[in-house]
Amino acid sequence: MKKTVWFVALFAGILLVLAAQQSDVIIKIEGGSRPAIAVPDLRGSGAAQPLMNTFNETLYNDLDGSGIFKIVPKTMYPLNVPQQPSDFREPPVERRTRPGEQPPTGGGLWLLDWSSPPVSANYLAFGYTAIQNNVLVLYGWFFNVGQPTVAQAQVFGRRYFGSPDEAGAKKTAHDFAADIISQLGGTPLTGSKIYFVSTRTGHKEIWVMDPDGSNQRQISHFDSISIMPAVSPDGSKIAFTSFVHGNPAIFILSTDTGRRLPFYNQKASMNATPDFTPDGKHLLYSSTASGWAQIYIADVDGANLRRISDTRALEVEPKVNPKTGTDLVFVSGRSGPQQIYHMNIDGTDVERLTNGEGEASNPCWHPNGQAIAFAWTRGFATGNFNIFIMDVASRKYDQLTHGEGRNENPSWAPDGRHLAFMSNRSGSEQIWTMLADGTQVKQLTTTGTNWTPVWAK
Amino acid sequence: MLNKRRITSIGFCLLLAIVAAGCKKKAPPPAPPPPAPAPQPPPPAAPVISEFTAEPSSIERGQSSTLRWDVQNANSVSIDNGVGSVQASGSHQVFPGSSTTYTLTATGPGGTKTATATVDVTAPPPPPPPPPAEHKQTLEEMLSGTVVDAYFDYDKSDIREDARTALTKDADALKAIFASFPDATIMVEGNCDERGSAEYNLALGDRRATSAKNFLTQLGVPEGKLKTISYGKERPVCTEHNEECWQRNRHVHFAPAQ
Repeated sequence: MKKTVWFVALFAGILLVLAAQQSDVIIKIEGGSRPAIAVPDLRGSGAAQPLMNTFNETLYNDLDGSGIFKIVPKTMYPLNVPQQPSDFREPPVERRTRPGEQPPTGGGLWLLDWSSPPVSANYLAFGYTAIQNNVLVLYGWFFNVGQPTVAQAQVFGRRYFGSPDEAGAKKTAHDFAADIISQLGGTPLTGSKIYFVSTRTGHKEIWVMDPDGSNQRQISHFDSISIMPAVSPDGSKIAFTSFVHGNPAIFILSTDTGRRLPFYNQKASMNATPDFTPDGKHLLYSSTASGWAQIYIADVDGANLRRISDTRALEVEPKVNPKTGTDLVFVSGRSGPQQIYHMNIDGTDVERLTNGEGEASNPCWHPNGQAIAFAWTRGFATGNFNIFIMDVASRKYDQLTHGEGRNENPSWAPDGRHLAFMSNRSGSEQIWTMLADGTQVKQLTTTGTNWTPVWAK
Repeated sequence: MLNKRRITSIGFCLLLAIVAAGCKKKAPPPAPPPPAPAPQPPPPAAPVISEFTAEPSSIERGQSSTLRWDVQNANSVSIDNGVGSVQASGSHQVFPGSSTTYTLTATGPGGTKTATATVDVTAPPPPPPPPPAEHKQTLEEMLSGTVVDAYFDYDKSDIREDARTALTKDADALKAIFASFPDATIMVEGNCDERGSAEYNLALGDRRATSAKNFLTQLGVPEGKLKTISYGKERPVCTEHNEECWQRNRHVHFAPAQ
């Protein structure tokens, strides 16, 4: 009997430990505690109405894609949808239900209609559009429907303006969604950009697009191999590696004008994988000046360069902590296969983060400076990378993709909830996005092959 | 009476008469000999050019020939073509630029006599043609014909056994190339297979190129004539996902440097 008890206790203990590991999600995207929002289709008066399909789709996608809300399905909504605060009615003080009767409802015109089952929303976004003086105007309100009165429920009410066409419908929807997301402490992705490499012109060039994959446009025109982009924290500069002058070297363009900015490449057969410090004043990169690829730091124009790492090994991809600016992660082969390491920016306190299994690459800091996303072949054959997230302090990690093709180069969105990454799961290398819990996986590119996304403000 | 017979005999007689008339007349008797003329003094002898030669009669331009003559019964002897008045017998060296016929004129009381001697002048033989040049291979031909790629193990840049053999041959071939093309520089290109990350492979390809270059310079290939570049996994020679293709991609290749 004692033996059995012991055994069961031990077994239970092991299970608990395993369970603890499994449920330790690094970046908490908890579906359970997300606020619920109802987003009924808005209507437009007169000439605005034909634009409302586009408007509503954009609003829904932005709110859904933010990962902040649980959106209540539209099938649950009451029949009557308020279009402005004055549409709301006060329910009668006494609401006695006789047996066998349905409880009275306002049909959608009571706050209670939205906060009670079946809708059970915390928030309601509503309003209407019109075209006035050839301008598309959106009147939008954001209500906390758990409040007792309309006056207390209103979180904000604003007017938004756009051109009287599809583009204006998208813009006003994007702006409305951005305000709602910001209101709840999120970072709207509207206005952020994803830089990437595309082969669609016949050469690897640097391109940029909106976070939903629209407006894909070419930035570099070097007709060579231009790869491995990095964006300055203020978004004004893009640095990358190019073979345009023969050997791989670092080039910087202004994201505003597209013009080249000066960068001194030290004499070496390779200068590559640049990364900006959070203050935008320095650039870290890998150089073979010593005969081995090593980590260097320099001013943002390449002057005052100084070597940081100190091995006869291959070291690439320095990535500076965006919160502190005083430490970095990087990829090194100093212990054999490529692994991810962490050290101070003066080269001290080098520690290996990954456990030595497989090959690890492409580290990218979460905006909070505490976690990294990266690519790792752990558990798979050589070359079969998946996206992982690791808490740097505890070394605990989560696996986000599981062998759907090869998944690499994760890049955090400014909201710290989304990742852009490269996957060949569709048959060729393309840019995808997903939420940091591995859900909402979306393909953004289809033309040519597309590589190494960098999500910037 | 004129009958056939009579006409024929008369015709015959006529014919006979005509033939007889055509016969040679009897030679008249010879006239008496004219009276012998009065004896005159013998006339003076004409000049005699007993010899006028050019020796040799055929020369190459730039060479000389010697004119020789011997003249009698003349008190004035001259040769044209720039020779001028000469003695009755003698010799003279000439350097004609082209074929020339010399005329000797001998004048005396007995009259004038001329004789000619011709010197043929031929162009000198053309200079011998230079020996024919051997077909010169281009730099690219020599590289692709004699300098072979070297191969590496996965995630490694050290020179393994077969690479050692290949690079040792390459060292000799490269030295021969630099002898034929003293101004050339050769690029050592490092490459990787598809499996590692692109960023790490850029560094690994570079180390492979450097490693191969170091091996070659230790064998005496001039350090300044070799440059290195990595293409990482950006320029695969094949794209199959198997070890045969992966091995082909883990290589250094040699190309002319710009």
